[in-house]
Amino acid sequence: MTWEAVIGLETHVELSTASKMFCGCPARFDAEPNTNICPVCLGLPGALPVPNREAINRIMQIGLALNCSVTRRPVFHRKNYFYADLPKNYQISQFDLPVCVDGYLEVGGDHPGRIRIERVHQEEDTGKSTHRGGDGRISAAEYSLLDFNRSGVPLVEIVTRPDIRSAAQARAYAQELRLLVEALGVSDARLEEGSIRFDANVSVRAGPRAPLGTKVEIKNMNSFRSLERAVSYEIERQTARLSSGQRIVMETRHWDEEAGVTRGGRIKEGSSDYRYFPDPDLVPMELDRDWEDGMAALLPELPSVRRVRYEEMGIDAAQAANLVGAEAGLAQLFEDAVEAGAGAPQAANWATGEVVASLRKAGIPSVGGSSLTGSSLAELLGMIRQGTLSGSAAREVLAGVIAGEGSPAEVAAGRDLLQISDTGLLESVVDELIAANPDEFARLKDGERKLVGFFVGQVMRNTRGKADPKLAGTLITERAGL
Amino acid sequence: MAFTTIVGAARALRDGSVTSVGLAEQVLQRTSMVEAQLHAYLTLDSDGLMEAAARADEELAAGSDRGPLHGIPIAVKDNMTTRHMETTAGSRILSGYVPPYDATAIRRLRDAGALIAGKTNLDEFAMGSSTENSAFGPTRNPWNTDRVPGGSSGGSAAAVAAGMALGGLGSDTGGSIRQPASLCGVVGAKPTYGAVSRYGLIAFASSLDQIGPIAHRVEDAALLLDAISGHDPLDSTSYPGGIEPSGARLGGGLDGVRVGVARRLGGADAVEPDVEAAFDRALAAMEGAGAVTLEVDLPSTEQGLSAYYLIAPAECSANLARFDGVRYGLRVDGATTEQMMSRSRADGFGPEVTRRVLLGTFALSAGYHEAFYGQAQKVRTLIREDFARAYRQCDVLVSPTSATTAFPLGDRTEDPLSMYVSDVFTIPSNLAGHPAISVPVGLDRHDLPIGFQVMAPALEEAVMFQVAAAVESLAGFDTTVPFDPSYGLRGGVR
Repeated sequence: MTWEAVIGLETHVELSTASKMFCGCPARFDAEPNTNICPVCLGLPGALPVPNREAINRIMQIGLALNCSVTRRPVFHRKNYFYADLPKNYQISQFDLPVCVDGYLEVGGDHPGRIRIERVHQEEDTGKSTHRGGDGRISAAEYSLLDFNRSGVPLVEIVTRPDIRSAAQARAYAQELRLLVEALGVSDARLEEGSIRFDANVSVRAGPRAPLGTKVEIKNMNSFRSLERAVSYEIERQTARLSSGQRIVMETRHWDEEAGVTRGGRIKEGSSDYRYFPDPDLVPMELDRDWEDGMAALLPELPSVRRVRYEEMGIDAAQAANLVGAEAGLAQLFEDAVEAGAGAPQAANWATGEVVASLRKAGIPSVGGSSLTGSSLAELLGMIRQGTLSGSAAREVLAGVIAGEGSPAEVAAGRDLLQISDTGLLESVVDELIAANPDEFARLKDGERKLVGFFVGQVMRNTRGKADPKLAGTLITERAGL
Repeated sequence: MAFTTIVGAARALRDGSVTSVGLAEQVLQRTSMVEAQLHAYLTLDSDGLMEAAARADEELAAGSDRGPLHGIPIAVKDNMTTRHMETTAGSRILSGYVPPYDATAIRRLRDAGALIAGKTNLDEFAMGSSTENSAFGPTRNPWNTDRVPGGSSGGSAAAVAAGMALGGLGSDTGGSIRQPASLCGVVGAKPTYGAVSRYGLIAFASSLDQIGPIAHRVEDAALLLDAISGHDPLDSTSYPGGIEPSGARLGGGLDGVRVGVARRLGGADAVEPDVEAAFDRALAAMEGAGAVTLEVDLPSTEQGLSAYYLIAPAECSANLARFDGVRYGLRVDGATTEQMMSRSRADGFGPEVTRRVLLGTFALSAGYHEAFYGQAQKVRTLIREDFARAYRQCDVLVSPTSATTAFPLGDRTEDPLSMYVSDVFTIPSNLAGHPAISVPVGLDRHDLPIGFQVMAPALEEAVMFQVAAAVESLAGFDTTVPFDPSYGLRGGVR
């Protein structure tokens, strides 16, 4: 039997607004614990929430970028559950009228598909618990510390329909979503800092037409790799169970990165009863057509569109994906270089290859932090094309430019790296070599053509790499009368 | 002479016949004589009051006049947060809790120059109609200390009636300002929902709660309301537009005013004969003054009480979830966080609060949500439509405020339902979000005050106060409680 995996993803994106969702506190939670707090985000008696308009702007941009429709009168609901780091013991979230619904995200690459988006809703984040003593888990802890800096930070939840069919596709979706959010500039979009978090719902069924199997929710994946591994593990686990006639239990499982397994937690009996009801402290918002149009106008070029544009510039799909997926500064460098006259494929190769390597070697974290510009890259590539720099010399020039030694021409001159394309100069070098290696030259003349390489190598050595190897090769074959 | 009205005291302050310090001494002296009998205050801030009074006098002497409330001692219900002053909501779970901020209404009172004399007793979290549900013991009625003052703003109503402050603030979710005002013989008004910011009002039922004034005179109540009302960016539900000042039409009289008589509002029956008689006398006087009366029927309001007892508990079950022993208030330790929360709540909440939290939790549960909470919201819409229909025919509606006068302590505590029906006349205005005011119009055979309710459409406070002032003047009721300096207040408790 062929088993089919059915996967849905829930993604939490923390918005990088200046202030929190329902109060004026800074939305930064890297500060000293409990410093960015006020009566509202601490849930003090009498405090009331007031929605952050900028957060609403941003969720609309996310929704529109995901091809969703905007709800004209979305409603905030209270989601009731008791937890020590949830100050009001209810979370302001959304239920049947989220800000955006019914969109999709196209995933390309090796796992193409259109993943439908069910809803994009706005909510507030909770505080953060740290359990001390025992094994760091709440059950064995001696005491727990609470930091409410994160409490009330605006959170957007993006829920897909169960359209994902493999672990690799789940990863591709997650990566594409992160690119999108990064392009929108609405979030720091850093997985390692938890500003994007993924939960996966995984089930397995007996082929595409079989009814859906029992789903299991997996949590605690903090990288794309662990997302893919966790989903993959879970698919295998469920397939093995079903193949041997066992049942799948509806539950929430946690991914254990070190052990590479998902572990069962609490059993879900149906869905939890959160007793949702409209928050009477918040009046329904009116997201009218004008507001929506204003947000649509703010949308930047989306990654999918940019990839197509790059391909149309003559770059292959993989390289276009590389550029779009790279640090924003590299793509900009590429575009600036092309603007300054560089050929697109060459500029793309250098931006994603040599530039990245040189920066890493120089210990510079981003292209923006170096003195390399698009026009200097274009100049460098131009020198290669004109034959004034060899490939290896160009790499050295690039390092010099990155180190701030000046323009490519200045660095090449300063480091004495300009290619010798002067025929007269090279002829004397070639003649010296012929005189010094009469046996080899005789064999070459007899037709042993591979010795051209030997002589070109000698020319390059004697000119410390500055000779134009093509020109040297031509001179040698001419001398040999071939 | 003793001052009981804000307008009178304000005039005397400016003609130099009294100082703010003198007013503060007056209310403190009266408090020292009757507080042991009444228990109206949970916190009396004598020192703060005297200091603030001295500052108010200095300001006035220096020519800086903040307006009619300048230097006037006010009593505030203890469910509004006051910076540096304990705020308990009448609950053990908040005993000793000192908020770090002032409620908007409190801040506006202070900005207007008013002095906060102290925090008054209430039914725990404003849940009740007699102030007997306070965790700190009941308040008694200054007209007869064997009787309840009504509730839940019983402390403020009793304090104002007994002269322990010249005015007060209460909160009204289902009648909690108007019913105690009625039972204590003073004026009490619930504004339009959204007229006064709820920021800093410890929430009971967010879609119904409103802060409002309690005073001896309708014009005093209007002054207080105008000081605290207006848009507040900290409360999303506060009304964003301007509202005509409540006191704008106080001398307007009744000529040609169309008065709808809602005698059976909320399906009321068993109205006490003395209450009914006083109501009819007031109506006749209004007609004599030129009012046009007509009997109106608001049939949907019969479901008001049931709808209220689903909506209010549902909202309170979430509003009170934050009291868990984690961040503030009472904490009873347990082996786990869950146990600590559960023990803190079990010990911290009284029986009525527990009952309503359980009721509300149940009403919102999966499978019951639509049948209970959903239905109740539909009733609310029907009630609004009933009011809208009635207001096509009339400018204001009138009814008794309470079917009975002040009842004896303990009379209704055994049977929650008998307590709940105390609010049958007042609840419809909360469900509709409309303003309503209670004005004292007379005494019953036991010398207990009787209140008369005037209701108006949303944001029509000025018309409501106009009619209320006329009713007050026609009734000529003397709000002074019988007080014998050597004996104290009337009643069995001294």
